[in-house]
Amino acid sequence: MSFFTPENLGKAQVLVGLYPDKRSALIPLCHLAQGQHGHLSNEAMVEIAELLGIQPAEVMGTASFYDMLHTEEVGKYLVGVCTNVACMLGGGLELLEHASDVLGIPPGATTDDGMFTLEEVECVAHCDKAPCAQVNYRYFGPLADSDFDRLVDDLRSDRLSETVPPHGVLSRVFRDAPAMVPLEIIHQERRDMDEAKKARLAAQNQDAGGKQ
Amino acid sequence: MSTKIVTARVGVPDSYLLSTYLEHGGYSSLKKALAMTPEEVHAEVNASGMLGRGGAGFEAGRKWAMLKQDVVRYLVVNGDESEPSTFKDHLLVEQDPHQLVEGTLITAYAIGASRAFIYLRGEFALGLERVQAAINEAYAYGAVGRNIFGSGFSIDLVLQPGAGAYICGEETALIESLEGKRGFPRIKPPYFPAVIGLYGAPTIVNNVETMSNIPWIIANGGKSFAALGKGRSTGTRLFALSGDVLRPGNYELEMTSKTFRELIFDPEFGGGLRDGRSVKAVIPGGVSAPWIGPDNLDLPLGQDEVAQAGSMLGSGSIIVIDDHSCAVRAAWRITKFFNRESCGQCTPCREGSGWIEKIMHRIELGSATESDLDLVLDVCDNIAPGLTWPPQQTTICVLGPSIPSSVVSAIKMFRDEFMIHIKEEGCPFVH
Ligand SMILES: Cc1cc2nc3c(=O)[nH]c(=O)nc-3n(C[C@H](O)[C@H](O)[C@H](O)COP(=O)(O)O)c2cc1C
Ligand code: SF4
Ligand code: FES
Repeated sequence: MSFFTPENLGKAQVLVGLYPDKRSALIPLCHLAQGQHGHLSNEAMVEIAELLGIQPAEVMGTASFYDMLHTEEVGKYLVGVCTNVACMLGGGLELLEHASDVLGIPPGATTDDGMFTLEEVECVAHCDKAPCAQVNYRYFGPLADSDFDRLVDDLRSDRLSETVPPHGVLSRVFRDAPAMVPLEIIHQERRDMDEAKKARLAAQNQDAGGKQ
Repeated sequence: MSTKIVTARVGVPDSYLLSTYLEHGGYSSLKKALAMTPEEVHAEVNASGMLGRGGAGFEAGRKWAMLKQDVVRYLVVNGDESEPSTFKDHLLVEQDPHQLVEGTLITAYAIGASRAFIYLRGEFALGLERVQAAINEAYAYGAVGRNIFGSGFSIDLVLQPGAGAYICGEETALIESLEGKRGFPRIKPPYFPAVIGLYGAPTIVNNVETMSNIPWIIANGGKSFAALGKGRSTGTRLFALSGDVLRPGNYELEMTSKTFRELIFDPEFGGGLRDGRSVKAVIPGGVSAPWIGPDNLDLPLGQDEVAQAGSMLGSGSIIVIDDHSCAVRAAWRITKFFNRESCGQCTPCREGSGWIEKIMHRIELGSATESDLDLVLDVCDNIAPGLTWPPQQTTICVLGPSIPSSVVSAIKMFRDEFMIHIKEEGCPFVH
């Protein structure tokens, strides 16, 4: 039994083929797995390891470094409230407290119904909309308490399903095609380019020498 | 109207589509470049004098000249943008991804890259969608792939998502991450990826905004770019203004043409502060930069001008703190950020950031003693001995030595505010 659906396995193979070294596809494959399953399961890591020709522990070891890769289940909506300095000046810490009250969970926890996981996040480059929050990496702000309540309502009642896919789905646009030019051809082309450049420079030097 | 280079199409409907880009002359710079020799393209970038827009401010043309001429070499675009309060690349990748793609392809041609990668911060879901869509469109249009526009030049361009780690913005950590590993900065030397970079091959790493300027430079000539600004500060910069101002946002300005005061108060830009408030401090260049006070508001927004004042223009972000906001709380929050994002390889950075965060929090909450102030400075001094600017480096990368910047600035500028927290056992500000 394979973890990836046939469609995603196709995408995975395109990804693996994009790099001079397959291992570079590790993070893209982890995102693909999370898109399919909501988080990064053991089965997914085993299969990613196989695709990359490395050990599952290496996938785990790398994935555990990154905040966005979740080896444990998270809610359908991962709500990240930014409290970094620009948002803090705009009331980010207070917004986080409010979020915690409204959802009934402390940062880091998931609601019993599996709908929401709350996180305190660092700057998400949306500082002109302070205080702001991200839901599954889609941005909202500036958020007064009442705006936050409305956002949670909209998410609960699926009114935002177009803009905010379930957790794990990151980019919904995939690469159309594999890499087009084999590296051997590129390398030959570059050798020729470099030779031509050397010849031009030599000619220039000779010109300059002649004029002196 | 001042010249707009990288944001010329921001605000145009569907600015991110190929059709819009082509209506505005898109990809004509790539065609022009491919008709030139790579050296000629490089010479235009040299003539522009453009400094890299990622933070360190290294001249782009000079960096390219350092690229070791092995047959296999790579181009990596740094779109990891996670320096707190920096949100300029976020705008560029969402609103004008084709400009980025075109600049990347021109650069790849100029340096003879075997393959080009755009590494984008993982949290930029919409940015990832927009850039991937732009790459797909560019392939279909013949701007990337085999024999581009019939020129005989071929290359593949790959979009790489990050996965949430500030440190991956540091260029050697970014390369590790792109190799499918944990984002640990590499030990220097080698100092430059231009010698040993991706997969051990010579690699140019340039920022998204740096790349986004390239099509304009090729279209208008490096000299026209150099005619904007003053001294080493050529061209425009995209300033990300945030914090206690009425109109936070991205403003593209000719370098040195405006002062901090104008950017903050001009109704066209920051629009000033809330009624009755005044500027207490400004953090230029991202949270790694030392703060500047109201006495420096008339400094022009230029690389050397800000450096002479003892800080840096860095990533071009500017945070305003007004007199109703607490300096201790701001400095504490910045340390907390560094503590969370330290990759943990170096003791001064890993342990030091934790200690400073704890002590600063204690001060903010009102449970500190006067000796804590000296203690915090002592820990800072252990991370960046001498507390000079630019700092002494005791660690693998410059995240470590950046940690003391805010804390030391805040204590220098607002020592009395720290003392009030300690004496009155709490924060005097309402929040
Ligand atoms: C801790 C740390 C974080 C960094 N983050 C970024 C970043 O998010 N984006 C960026 O372009 N450069 C960042 N840099 C700077 C890069 O190392 C590198 O200098 C830059 O990408 C080079 O591009 P440029 O020459 O076009 O400016 C960071 C550096 C450090 C030390
Ligand atoms: S200075 Fe900090 S972030 Fe940089 S390598 Fe050392 S521990 Fe990691
Ligand atoms: S500080 Fe919150 S998004 Fe930048």
